[in-house]
Amino acid sequence: MSGAATRAPLLAVRDLAVRFTGPDGVARAVDGIDLTVGEGETVGLVGESGCGKSVTALALLRLVEPPGHIAHGSSVRLEGRDLLALGAKEIRAVRGNHVALVFQDPLSALNPVLRIGAQIAEAIRAHEAVTRGTAHWRAVEMLAAVGIPDAERRARAYPHQLSGGMRQRVLLAMALACRPQLLLADEPTTALDVTIQAEILELLDGLQQKLGMAVLLITHNLGIVAERTRRVYVMYAGQIVEEAPTPRLFAQPSHPYTEGLLAAVPRLDERRTRLRAIPGQVPPATAWPPGCRFHPRCPHAWERCRVEEPPLLDAGAGQRARCWLVQEPARRKK
Amino acid sequence: MSPWRLAARRFARNRPAVRGAALVALLALAALVGPLFAADPLAQPDPVRLQDRPPSADHLMGTDPFSRDVLSRTLHGARVSLVVGVGAALLAVTLGAGVGLVAGLAGRRTDQLLMRGVDVALALPRILLLLAVFAVWDNAPAAAVVGLIAATGWFQTSRIVRAAVLSLREADFVVAARALGEPGWGIVRRHLLPHVAAPVIVSASLDVGNIILLEAGLSYLGLGVRPPTPTWGNMIMDGKDVLLSAPWVALAPGLALVVTVVAFNLAADGLRDALDPRAAA
Repeated sequence: MSGAATRAPLLAVRDLAVRFTGPDGVARAVDGIDLTVGEGETVGLVGESGCGKSVTALALLRLVEPPGHIAHGSSVRLEGRDLLALGAKEIRAVRGNHVALVFQDPLSALNPVLRIGAQIAEAIRAHEAVTRGTAHWRAVEMLAAVGIPDAERRARAYPHQLSGGMRQRVLLAMALACRPQLLLADEPTTALDVTIQAEILELLDGLQQKLGMAVLLITHNLGIVAERTRRVYVMYAGQIVEEAPTPRLFAQPSHPYTEGLLAAVPRLDERRTRLRAIPGQVPPATAWPPGCRFHPRCPHAWERCRVEEPPLLDAGAGQRARCWLVQEPARRKK
Repeated sequence: MSPWRLAARRFARNRPAVRGAALVALLALAALVGPLFAADPLAQPDPVRLQDRPPSADHLMGTDPFSRDVLSRTLHGARVSLVVGVGAALLAVTLGAGVGLVAGLAGRRTDQLLMRGVDVALALPRILLLLAVFAVWDNAPAAAVVGLIAATGWFQTSRIVRAAVLSLREADFVVAARALGEPGWGIVRRHLLPHVAAPVIVSASLDVGNIILLEAGLSYLGLGVRPPTPTWGNMIMDGKDVLLSAPWVALAPGLALVVTVVAFNLAADGLRDALDPRAAA
C-alpha cells in the first residue's frame, strides 16, 4: 500500500447504495459500501453469488438499469471527479476510456454477428477520433498484445469461431484498447477451465504491469485473490464485512464469514477429510436480517448480534471487520 | 463464416424452402413479363358469341362471361397480388419495427402507451375495418390498398420487435458495449438492429401470403382494387356464377392464388428455420 496510502486514491467509493424496486418490495442489493483503489493497485472484492458484487461493478460505471437505481448520498470519485454527478455524455467518455469492465461470460459479452476486430475497433472509435483503418490496425495490435496468434487473420473471425480462452482474451483486448486507468474484472475467469484461467490471469498481470493500470478483481475464488491482490474487501449481503491487506486476511480473518469462506477452500498443506460449508444461504435483498446480517448463519452469534448492527470496527494493521467480536473477542467460541 | 452466410447456407439446404423461393421468383417473372405478350385483359372481342369459351389455341385458358382472355387477366392479376402482398408486407413491417424499436428503447411511459394502443388495435377485426373504409372510399387506388392493409397489419411485428429489443437490452454484449462507452445510436445500429432483423424478415415473409389472401378477399367482395382492373379476387367473383358451365374462369385465378400463397409460405418457413435454428421444429 505504498503509493495508494499517501496520494488521493484513483477510485474512492463512499456509501454506495443500489436499490431495485420490485414486486417484493425494495431490494437493497448494495447497501452503503466504501471502497478505495489506489493507482496501479490490485484490489480484490470477494463474496458469494448474490452478495452484490456484480451490481457494484455496474454501479461504478452507472450501468444499473431500471428498476434499479443508485441511491442518493452515494459517491463514486475517480481521481476526485464525482462520476455520479456527470452528464450522460461525460460518463460515456469515462466508460471504457478511464474505467473498463470485463465480463464473466466471454461468449455472451461478444456480439455474435460482428467480427471481433470490428468490435475492438468500435471500442476505440467510441473515444478517439481515428479513421476506420487506424482503428482496425490498432485492434489487430491489441489482439497481438493479448497473445492471440496470427492476429491479423483472427481479427476477421466471428466469436463462435474462437475458444473460450481466446474469447476472454478478445474481451480483455476490447477493455484495454483505450488504456483505462482502472479495470473492473468481474469474475474474469469463472467460465474457463483451470489451466486457461491461470493463463488469462498471467496475461492480466503482465498487461497491468505494462499499462500501469489498477484492477478491481471481483471474484468468489479466494485462491485468485490470495495470489494477485494486495488488499481485499469481503462482501456479504450488500455490505463490506471485512477489509484487510491480503496476507493478513488469510492469516488472521476477523469476520466469521471470512473464516467460513477460508474454511470452504481446499488446501494442500492441511489434512482435512471434509470441506466445511457455511450453513444456510444469503438472505434475500428485500429482507436483510436485523442486527448483524450474518447472524443467522454465524456460529458465534449472541444476543447483541441479533439486535445491534455492527459498524466496520478497526482490528488493527489495516484490518476492519463488521463484527462485534472485534470488541468482545472473548465471545468467540472454540 | 458470418452468421448471415451460415443462415443462407441453411436455407439452401432446405429443399421445400428453395422450391418455394424458386416458385416465387417464377411468379414474379410471369407477373413482370407475361402481360407484355398477353392479350389486352380488358378487351371484350365478342361479348355474345365468345363468352365462357373453354381453353383453345386463341385463348389458352378460355374466356370469361365478358369474352375477356382469362390467361391475360390472370397474369395481370398477379401484378396486383404481388405488388399489394409484397408492398404492404414491407410497409407494415417497417412501421411495426419502428414502433417496436421506439417502445423497446423509450421509457416505460411511452412503451405502455404504444403497447396498450396496439392491444386495442389487435382487438379490432381487420377485415371489418378495411370493409368499412373501402365501402366509403369508392375506387381507391392500388397505393391506398397497400397503405391501408399495411396500416392495419403492423401490430404483431411491433410486439415482436419490442420483445426482441427488451431482451437484447439486457444482453451481455449490449451492456458490454455500453460499458465501453459506445454512443447510444451506435449501439442501436450495430448491436440491436442486426439482431432484430431476423424476426422482422421472418415476420414480413410470413405476412405476404396472408396479405395476398386478404386482398383477394376484398376484391372478391368488390372492394379495394375495382373492376374492370383484373385481380384474382374479382376474377373468382366473375367465375362464381358459371362455376359449373365454365369452371376455368374461377379455376385459373384460384389456382394461381393457391400456388402463390403456398410458395410464399414455404419460402417464409425456410427463412424462419434458417434465421433462427433454435426455434426450428
